[in-house]
Amino acid sequence: MTIKEKQDELISDFSFMENWMDKYEHIIQLGKELPLIDEKYKTPDHLIKGCQSQVWLHTDMQDGKLIFTADSDAVITKGLVSLMITVFSGHTPKEIAESEIYFIDAIGLSSHLSPTRSNGLLSMLKQVKLYAVAYEAKSQSQKNGKEL
Amino acid sequence: MQNVPDITVPAIDIEKIRKDFPLLQEKVYGLPLVYLDNAATTQKPQIVLDTLMHYYIHLNSNVHRGVHHLSQEATAAYENSRKTVATFLNARKSEEIIFTKGTTDSINLVAYSFGRGEIKPGDVVLVSAMEHHSNIVPWQMMCEDRGAELKVIPMDENGELIMSAFSELLTDKVKIIAVTYVSNSLGTVNPVRDIIAQAHARNIPVLLDAAQAVQHMAVDVQELDVDFLVFSGHKIYGPTGTGVLYGKEEWLDRLPPYQGGGDMIKTVTFAKTIYNVLPYKFEAGTPDISGAIALEAAIKYVQQIGVENIQAWEEQLVEYAVQQLQQIEGLRFIGKPTHRSGAISFLVDEIHPYDLGELLDKQGIAIRTGHHCAEPVMGFFCIPGTVRASFAVYTTFEDIDRLVAGIKKAAAMLR
Repeated sequence: MTIKEKQDELISDFSFMENWMDKYEHIIQLGKELPLIDEKYKTPDHLIKGCQSQVWLHTDMQDGKLIFTADSDAVITKGLVSLMITVFSGHTPKEIAESEIYFIDAIGLSSHLSPTRSNGLLSMLKQVKLYAVAYEAKSQSQKNGKEL
Repeated sequence: MQNVPDITVPAIDIEKIRKDFPLLQEKVYGLPLVYLDNAATTQKPQIVLDTLMHYYIHLNSNVHRGVHHLSQEATAAYENSRKTVATFLNARKSEEIIFTKGTTDSINLVAYSFGRGEIKPGDVVLVSAMEHHSNIVPWQMMCEDRGAELKVIPMDENGELIMSAFSELLTDKVKIIAVTYVSNSLGTVNPVRDIIAQAHARNIPVLLDAAQAVQHMAVDVQELDVDFLVFSGHKIYGPTGTGVLYGKEEWLDRLPPYQGGGDMIKTVTFAKTIYNVLPYKFEAGTPDISGAIALEAAIKYVQQIGVENIQAWEEQLVEYAVQQLQQIEGLRFIGKPTHRSGAISFLVDEIHPYDLGELLDKQGIAIRTGHHCAEPVMGFFCIPGTVRASFAVYTTFEDIDRLVAGIKKAAAMLR
């Protein structure tokens, strides 16, 4: 699935839930499925700034695609990280860097989450994109290096 | 409702009181609002809103300078508010009441002026381990500036001050003690009479942060014999941006002014300025006139119900809440003071307070989560924050029942 298709699927999943307590139940469930970060990466370098609860995020390159792992001390946050990772994991840095992210608004997360949480979500999104841009830049420079 | 206590407070007509507060009629997420974040700010009764409007429609004018009719009316209303506050606190004179922007502003004023006038290198300022940041940082800044030392009265696991340690800290180096009357994060009512008596035995003045006290219990500055007492208007049903500093006349006369500007001067030349008398010496610039007048309306509202009646009503609520909350599996109180007022802090199992707060919010229940601007308190208990429910005169037993049901539902989802 493309990043766009994944977002559309999430939006559709959430649209079936009538109230916010159900949506939270779903978010919490997703948190339980979060691919957990290796304990050794739970360092200050991997902490995302701007989150009130602690969020650690790590990425690895596998066959040209970025795989994200993460964890948080708060359950709802874990669910939100999981949403993000579902969308981005398994895509190339270029796809991630160029993707347009609209599921957060479409699900209504930005208006319904507490401000600290939605700021945290945006920080997370920024961090994911930063990782992608950094990997993309690195692969470009390697390519250029070979050509030289 | 489960075990609602038999005793009620006859003077509290809760239905009528709730009708006085327009915001309590609002719904959130389609549910009737349960507002339990009163330690952060209280809702405003209609009379306070009407007073604000009335001022701008009929009285708006600058105070203390105009000869015209409106200015005199506005000045009279503003100064009447000062008298009402003085009566409310039982101050000797209304000149002992300084209007400020709030508790934080009041403490900054005293810290700055006291520091400039009284503090020398090597002196000590005492605060307690349960202070709000606003009763730590201004003193810290002043101590840094004056080469003085900030020392801390420790507390125990129940969230109560260790009074033997306090006595040991009282040396001749201590120049002022700033403590909270009631802890905003734990609900502890501190033994302020004992603190003041011990301090005065050594001629040390005491500042009481009464931001969480004046709305919950009768406060009499003469009976307490306190030197400075501060509170915020918005936590006692008044408008935001209003606050009070009470100071004994001899202290306020002795301290140098805080901010310079209009109204705080008697004469100004480029060579020398003569400062105005109390209370104007500490009120530079155009004050929050509408705010002060609306604060008077809020205080009169409280007086009309009777602060003793409010205290009796809220004591029942707190007792009921503690009783109901402790039946929730895995719930633990942060702070178990013998004397508690207004607020209860807790955690449930290992559930993050933000998670619990967010799910309570979605059920229409407004509580506070986080460190409550008291990070050292959270550090002491080694926790990221707490969930805090805090009460007001309009809180009902049904509110507490909904809180308890909401916590149970949220905890079941989060476990």
